[in-house]
Amino acid sequence: MKLHVNGSEHDVEAPPDMPLLWVLRDLLKLTGTKFGCGIAQCGACTVHIDGTPLRACVTPVSAVAGKKITTIEGLSPDGRHPVQRAWAELDVVQCGYCQSGQIMSAAALLAVVPSPSDQDIDQALAGNLCRCGTYPRIRAAVHRAAQLAKA
Amino acid sequence: MPADSVASSSRRQFLKAGVVLGGGLVIGFIVPAAGRFALAQNAAAPVAVAPFAPNAFLRIAADDSVTVLLSHSEMGQGIWTTLPMLIAEELDADWTKMKVEHAPAAPAYAHTAFGMQMTGGSTSTWSEFDRYRMAGATARALLLQAAAQRLGVPVAELKTENGAVVLGDQRLRYGELADAAGQLKAPDPKTLALKDPKDWKLIGKGAKRLDTPEKITGRAVFGMDVQFDGLLTAVVARAPVFGGTVKSFDAAAARAVPGVRDVVQVPSGVAVIADHYWAALQGRNALQVDWDPGAHADLDSARLREQFSALARTPGAVAVQAGDAAAAMAQAAKVVEVEYSVPYLAHAPMEPLNCTVKIDAGGCDIWTGTQFQTVDQQVAARITGLKPEQIRIHTTFLGGGFGRRATPVSDFVSEAVEVAKAAKAPVKTVWPREDDVRGGYYRPAYVQRAKVGLAADGTPVAWQQVMVGQSITTGTPFEPFTVKNGIDATSVEGVADSPYVLGTPAHRVDLHSPETGIPVLWWRSVGHSYNGFVMESLVDELAHAAGQDPLAYRQRLLKDHPRHLAALNLAAEKFGWGKPAAKGRGHGIAVHESFGSYVAHAAEVSVDDGVIKVHRVVCAIDCGLAVNPDNVRAQLESGLAFGLGAALHGRITFKDGRVEQSNYHDYPVLRLPEMPVVEVHIVPSTEKMGGVGEPGTPPIAPAVANAVFALTGQRLRDLPFSLAPAARPA
Repeated sequence: MKLHVNGSEHDVEAPPDMPLLWVLRDLLKLTGTKFGCGIAQCGACTVHIDGTPLRACVTPVSAVAGKKITTIEGLSPDGRHPVQRAWAELDVVQCGYCQSGQIMSAAALLAVVPSPSDQDIDQALAGNLCRCGTYPRIRAAVHRAAQLAKA
Repeated sequence: MPADSVASSSRRQFLKAGVVLGGGLVIGFIVPAAGRFALAQNAAAPVAVAPFAPNAFLRIAADDSVTVLLSHSEMGQGIWTTLPMLIAEELDADWTKMKVEHAPAAPAYAHTAFGMQMTGGSTSTWSEFDRYRMAGATARALLLQAAAQRLGVPVAELKTENGAVVLGDQRLRYGELADAAGQLKAPDPKTLALKDPKDWKLIGKGAKRLDTPEKITGRAVFGMDVQFDGLLTAVVARAPVFGGTVKSFDAAAARAVPGVRDVVQVPSGVAVIADHYWAALQGRNALQVDWDPGAHADLDSARLREQFSALARTPGAVAVQAGDAAAAMAQAAKVVEVEYSVPYLAHAPMEPLNCTVKIDAGGCDIWTGTQFQTVDQQVAARITGLKPEQIRIHTTFLGGGFGRRATPVSDFVSEAVEVAKAAKAPVKTVWPREDDVRGGYYRPAYVQRAKVGLAADGTPVAWQQVMVGQSITTGTPFEPFTVKNGIDATSVEGVADSPYVLGTPAHRVDLHSPETGIPVLWWRSVGHSYNGFVMESLVDELAHAAGQDPLAYRQRLLKDHPRHLAALNLAAEKFGWGKPAAKGRGHGIAVHESFGSYVAHAAEVSVDDGVIKVHRVVCAIDCGLAVNPDNVRAQLESGLAFGLGAALHGRITFKDGRVEQSNYHDYPVLRLPEMPVVEVHIVPSTEKMGGVGEPGTPPIAPAVANAVFALTGQRLRDLPFSLAPAARPA
């Protein structure tokens, strides 16, 4: 089947029920999207499907054939998406394992809500766990990214 | 591990060597075999320093890059930035030229206090403070000498700044000097002077994290991300009960799953090996295993609690005692007698456990996020029959550690080595989240019974406390160093050395360390994770019994403990302690010393329909010198989030020998909407340096519990918190 990932087309041979996460990671070797729970509880595997955030660990690859899939590797060509710039400015990351998913969820939020409130952020990112507790900086960085996106 | 007694002499007895590597300058030191742990003694034995041996802390290349080799693992705590800061400070390096790599497993990188290569106990910064600064200072001295020779002037006429040696308006970049400097003999460390603190440009001021660029773009390589041609993936079926064994298995259905390559038995269970994770998981799900559940099939949390509670009413091994506590109790004006309990907890780091192993005739390569390189190396050597130096450990980023990636038996590494050995192929063994949550190595459950007698003015005059819970080091190679006279020091840390206990004239602390068959391990802040909760809740109860303000009462009991007081008072002041709480809100405070640092949290909470909401936490820490202050703040935010999630939700329970939880839906951790607004204040301090990774965790649960008490009158003595239905804001 044909997969459209980060602007390029890939021919993939995979069972139709294989989760997109493992197609990305193990077949396409795009390891920026992370495995955390396998049951859509932690958000580490968040990718954009036609711009909408989705948990790749429970998304059968057959469901996204032909759709535009964006992973952390394809969020911006140079790592300078406003969310990434804000993350760097505020030193958000710690272990970093959840951050691909956090950044993808934050970017998807800002695409729809350019000036989110704390409550908007809490809601949009409630599904993205961070065991390092970078939450206060995530909140602040999403606000900062909103500013950077408008600048 | 307790961050105690560093032999400062051993910290400074470096044997050093400057060696040339690939047209650049390499500075290395070997630590003597002065480690505390027998385990480490093999690894820390002196080895010959060969020109290309990797026992070095920095390299300077012709392109001016300064590559720092980290003797500690980056697991979020920021050591990837802090250790390079120490080198860059003394080297006068250009910060934009700094690169970082995890060091290989080698004796040169042994912990300066523990003698084995490891990361834990919130020790990395203070234990490396001299060694990494000396590495930078040595490099600088050689670069100066090389420049002096080239320019034909005495060293005294030269200075260094921002990655160059400077003479008037002449600048020689370090990259230009690296080759020549690499030919020189390293100076006697006694001739090197470290910078005066007033001249520090980075230390105490801070630097941005060096791992950010790769961690915000998906480029950072965690163990899970290791890939190479021919690498297979394994998922292992392990016994559903700890100590269980395989009676027999039928692999036919597993082998029929497309992509499954092999099914092999290993000591821990049966491994299904496939082209990729998904096939391996499907294969394992199809695998039929007949288990012998072993001796622990009747393990049951309710029964364990009863047994622990019963033990808590009997004398145990004495951890500390003075005077006659029983006699003093009889004289007390008032007696408070209470029981506290905390559950088993999984670490549940975001990156599930995994380890990649490739064995060939020449050696064994292991890629994993580990906190215990030396142990892993020795265990892998034993399994493969290779020599430890033939085990090449490639430490990746750790997607969280919290102690789970530091097992004295190297559980996840040894299993992966067994799998690769049995499969005769390179294999990445991956634990599904359910395996991680059910896989043991938990923070042990404890029950503690305390009886404290107060004088008429509220001062404690008699203190009796009986602690019941598993020892995490008994039966491990660490036991000879941590267990004395039946007391595991990690069980009683924060109680046996508590200023409240020791400040009470008659006191006695007893410990029971029952065996249950449940594998237990250190979990961020170790014994302090429960003892901070018990002690700071208990003192709050005493303040209430004495009719005194919780802050004033602590100030009185801690009057001879200036570092406790500094943290406590700063948190109280910044929080606005003493101002009445807003309607529906409660205030609580706690202070606890752990890992050489003193942390106070003041919390503001509300309760809505039995759900505790923490709105705001003000923290203060005295950690001595804060090398990278913003990272200290980040670690306090992190530590309290870790402790708060556990206090609100964390619980591993057993029924019929099985763990009842499996994944983040039934083993919840803190989510963003539950994160309070956090303010961190650092006490300006020139006291001895402590750690910062763990000390933020212990005082959060009691600060919140005390705030809930202030609001509702209900005392929360069990973790995770559970409010009685009747508890409503007054």
